Amino acid sequence: MANAPPSNLLDESLGDTSGVGRMILVEDCVETSGAFVVHHLLKRALHPHSSDAVVFLSFSHPFSHYDRVLRKMGCNLSVQRDNKRLLFFDMLALDHLDRDRGKTSEDILIALYGEVQKAVEVSRSYETRHHITVVIDDVSLMEVDANGSSDLVLDFLRYCCSLTAQFGCSLIALNHGDVYSIVDQPNLLLQLEYLADIVIKIEPLATGLAKDVHGQLTVTNRNLRVDSGKSRSRVHNFQFRIKDNSVEYFYPGSKT
Amino acid sequence: MAEWICRTLRDGGLEGEHAPALTINDSITCSLGSFVFDHILSQLSSFIDSEKSQSSGIVLVAFSRSPLYYEQLLKSKGYNVSSSTWFKVLDCYTDPLGWKSKLLNSGRIANDSLGSSVTVKLCKNVKDLDELLSLVLHRGKELSVDGKGRFMIAIDSVSEMLRHASVSSVASILSELRSHGQVSSLFWLVHSDLHETRATAALEYISSMKATLVVQPVDGLRGNSASLSLMENNLKRGKFSVHVKRRNGRVRTMVEELYVENSTVNFTPFSTEDEVISQSLVPKVQFNLQLSEKERNDRAKVVLPFEHQGNGKNIQIYDGRKSLNESKGDSEQTCFEKEDSGRGEIIYFRDSDDEMPDSDEDPDDDLDI
Repeated sequence: MANAPPSNLLDESLGDTSGVGRMILVEDCVETSGAFVVHHLLKRALHPHSSDAVVFLSFSHPFSHYDRVLRKMGCNLSVQRDNKRLLFFDMLALDHLDRDRGKTSEDILIALYGEVQKAVEVSRSYETRHHITVVIDDVSLMEVDANGSSDLVLDFLRYCCSLTAQFGCSLIALNHGDVYSIVDQPNLLLQLEYLADIVIKIEPLATGLAKDVHGQLTVTNRNLRVDSGKSRSRVHNFQFRIKDNSVEYFYPGSKT
Repeated sequence: MAEWICRTLRDGGLEGEHAPALTINDSITCSLGSFVFDHILSQLSSFIDSEKSQSSGIVLVAFSRSPLYYEQLLKSKGYNVSSSTWFKVLDCYTDPLGWKSKLLNSGRIANDSLGSSVTVKLCKNVKDLDELLSLVLHRGKELSVDGKGRFMIAIDSVSEMLRHASVSSVASILSELRSHGQVSSLFWLVHSDLHETRATAALEYISSMKATLVVQPVDGLRGNSASLSLMENNLKRGKFSVHVKRRNGRVRTMVEELYVENSTVNFTPFSTEDEVISQSLVPKVQFNLQLSEKERNDRAKVVLPFEHQGNGKNIQIYDGRKSLNESKGDSEQTCFEKEDSGRGEIIYFRDSDDEMPDSDEDPDDDLDI
């Protein structure tokens, strides 16, 4: 990740992701899906110049879906999986983690956490792998998977966050903002926002649909670490347009 | 004022009284509470390091950040805590529910290094608050040689405690710590928007000071770019308001401005920027809505056309018929005007003798329209 030069506004707003691990929360809503941000971050982590590895927990799509999407973006996930740079956990596969043997959701999540930590440890054992990114797509479906226990999901995410301190991993989690709008406290989304170092919010334009602007991104970089040298909390706001195999980012008003 | 809080926490409570306790409240719109927590922690560390404090050490209960983070924080302030005897951490961050030890026992994960050299004690079941309490007190007793010295307690997220336990049990463990003879003072951070009002109120009752971080109100900003700069502003600045409950029940309120720069917190006296705001609130138009200083002075000099000017002179009622007799006086008046050209005057001729001098009455009042 460190070697790839910033290529667009999203990369610039995220800043230098090398070094100490961070948690990035991607928050989208039903009108504008944030999947493209996850794809972008995945591609960035698997960039040929970097030496990073990715642990991907998918609750929403099977591997073949991501494979097709990323192939269009010029990144071959199957090859990366064979190289062991990508460890893909398909949580939709029913037999995973022996969930049919009358286990509680907690047991399943503990076992899943064990798998994640083991994967991180295995990846670290390679000399060339410096940085590991854990991606969760998406948190709300994980909550469904845990029989609606948001506390349990939060425990799991907290454990994943403790990996960022222990091994310097990064954590990327996608969540939907609008599924919590009427739920009372405690609010999982708010808890996640407290956990996150960077929040990427994807919203439709306030003025409604436009032909060549598909929505806007707000990147809030809270940067809470002490050792980050110059701690610059920054907020970036820009718009995007999703094309067939890439996404265009631009500042509001700069599109003719 | 933040200094004042730190001094109060440093001095601790009197014999036979509850220890002073500080609640730091923040919310997601102004989430600078962790900076304030770090600031107070490092201030108190400096007091203890230089042995200015009543207590012999700090027990930090780490829920939301790793012990390594705090070690680096204090190291950056110049305290080498890894070899110090006054800083103990109870780690509720790394393995709060015992998942890792469970997995470790079943041999599914291996590495358990923490990377921190501070003497850390792991708490593996934060749901059991009695155990947590005894662990905290045990850590505190390790701080002094004879096990009888007093110590401070810092809890970096009561929100996390409240997630695992009920309000009443959290309140009971906190007040138990407060009333413990060896605890000199304690402070904690809570994200108030994660909890119901009753939880924050309960915490407020068992603390003697409450510091709330709120967004600094800025008016007169509109539009997308303005809200963006406002958001960015809220990541760095906030209003730091403190309620202090005195022993006799009197409540004192103080307000300061808080500004975070390079991970350090600066406090400045609260300045109301009302004037600047009121200036910016006046809409921009092509003509002047406000008078300049000169215009205001000139307006004050204008003599209003009251025949009785209130300066002791007789009422001089001008009557067109008397013009010949008064010509002398008129010329005097013109002379007077010349010598004071800065004075304004409104000349008014009374219609007839029917009109009373200086009356506000409508001259056409009697018309029946």
